[in-house]
Amino acid sequence: MQAEMKERLGAYDYWPYEDRPKITWPNGARVAFWVAPNIEYYELDPPTNPQRKPWPTPHPSVPGYSIRDYGNRVGHERQMALLDKYGIRGSVSLSVALCEHHPEIITMCRERDWEFFSHGIYNTRYTYGLSEAQEREMIRDGIETIHRHTGQKCAGYLAPALSHSEHTLDLFAEVGQELFGEEGGIYTCDLFHDDQPTPIHLRSGRRFISMPYSLEMNDTIVYAVNKVEPRHYLTMLKRHFDRLYAEGAESGTVMCIPTHNYQVSCPHRIKAFEEALEYITGHSDVWVATGREIAQHYLAHHYDDALRDIEAKAATAGRS
Amino acid sequence: MSLGPEYLHYPWRRHGYDHDRYAWSMLGDRRTIRWPGDKPLAVWINVSLQFYPLNQRGVPFKVPNGMTMPYPDLRHYSLRDYGNRVGIYRLLAAFEQRGVRPTWAINAQLAERTPYLLERLRAYGGEFLCHGWNMDHLHYGGQDRDEEAAVVRRSVETLRELTGQRIRGWLSPAKHQSWNTPELLAENGIEYCGDWINDDMPYAFATERGELTMMPLSTEIEDQFVMCQNLHSEDSWVNQVTDAFDFLLEEGRAQGGRLLALNLHPWLVGQPHRIGCLEAVLDHIAAHAEVWQAPAGEILDAYRAQAGDND
Repeated sequence: MQAEMKERLGAYDYWPYEDRPKITWPNGARVAFWVAPNIEYYELDPPTNPQRKPWPTPHPSVPGYSIRDYGNRVGHERQMALLDKYGIRGSVSLSVALCEHHPEIITMCRERDWEFFSHGIYNTRYTYGLSEAQEREMIRDGIETIHRHTGQKCAGYLAPALSHSEHTLDLFAEVGQELFGEEGGIYTCDLFHDDQPTPIHLRSGRRFISMPYSLEMNDTIVYAVNKVEPRHYLTMLKRHFDRLYAEGAESGTVMCIPTHNYQVSCPHRIKAFEEALEYITGHSDVWVATGREIAQHYLAHHYDDALRDIEAKAATAGRS
Repeated sequence: MSLGPEYLHYPWRRHGYDHDRYAWSMLGDRRTIRWPGDKPLAVWINVSLQFYPLNQRGVPFKVPNGMTMPYPDLRHYSLRDYGNRVGIYRLLAAFEQRGVRPTWAINAQLAERTPYLLERLRAYGGEFLCHGWNMDHLHYGGQDRDEEAAVVRRSVETLRELTGQRIRGWLSPAKHQSWNTPELLAENGIEYCGDWINDDMPYAFATERGELTMMPLSTEIEDQFVMCQNLHSEDSWVNQVTDAFDFLLEEGRAQGGRLLALNLHPWLVGQPHRIGCLEAVLDHIAAHAEVWQAPAGEILDAYRAQAGDND
């Protein structure tokens, strides 16, 4: 446990969703749309962690392990075929040990010029209880493994199983910069406070942003936590898109669909996902992009305006 | 206080899996299987016939759909028993009308306690597979090996004796296993198992006592998962099963044989307001000529005859 817990996160300022500087996406698009397939590896017999049980029942927890394996054995190729069909390059939230376990999947994604970002080593190894040095080592392992297997300079991070420390964002940005300069470690998917990218405070003062990734549209949250019926997920995705598309006429928004091959690619659910992709990509003024592309565009064109606006409003807007 | 250095050691970080139970391969890359009659889709209709004891021990966890109230939980005990007294006869009628060839996954203790039911199922026909002893005899890591070995042996032998069938298949209660379960199944002459739900086709599964074939019995579309765990409506369940059927049939046409494994619970889908939904599902399946609906053992044989070193 932390010796002392903070009341406020302090990673960003209160910044109201009105009267912000206009965001302009390439070709005047209203919505930057990205799909983030989580390609994960859960261990059959992971070590214990004092703060979180990896499996709900004694190991081997066959039901949980085997459905996640379904995602890699069966689901991945199905989802990839759909993304191909609708001209979408995935931004893979990667359990990097998958590079060793299932390199065939990595090869397929590379052939399609998909982006890879780090989602930890395994989704059964948590940040909880790691010292700062250990967390730095885990983050470095993630970034280096992606580089070794794909040649990519990892730009984004989603902490494994959404397990965080107070230092997670700082460490990721620092290690990314150390290894790859301004190209490495530029965005986090771990914060859910906005529908637009926002600048993040780091102890290093480095330029770094939060990228909207959306737990609300995340298929595992939708299906496994909120227990939504497949056809209703389609309705949710359309409504989410429609509103962001309408608002995007004023200032560019971001929509992300985070997926898992063991959820969205199951035979009884894939049709809903396909219809959503068809609907969204059937609109003009949608920028189909990857997380890195959106982050780089924002950093190059909007980050400084955002900082100035946040600064100007800080005296009256408050803090969060 | 931080974790020891071993938390960042990964001894199984290698090509393939973090275990040696089966080989890594992706479904789309495997040799094409065609079912008898050159059908692209095999349908395994599995009926789980279960006994939930009133004096549930809940070791090492309370089985889903078991007793939840303080003892004696008459509510759940009798509602589950409903399936074996009433619900199953509605399923039998629906099956008879449509010529369904089911697989009966039965708790051995239920087979022993209800000879009328067992005789009725035998008279209908279909394959029996062993669904363990009862729903409160779970298999789990840390379980004493001899204790588990005795449960497996007693369950399989009881069912063989009562049914006169070979009993080739196994389904663990709650699909939960110990580290030893696959070896114990192989030792008892079991050939296939439905517990690992990681594929839409059978595949080879290694044990130290010889090979099993894993026949993944989908949880995602089974009645209790959709309606009891996810609390979706009956109509949504019909949509989900028929959507899965349509998708797998199409994928089977394009890529080679697929398996739709539909697990049913008479205590749930045998209720008056739900049985019509099962009938709608069965009608949807029956309306497609490119489907081979067969007991699990026949699907196993057809798979093995073609699989070779497919896995």
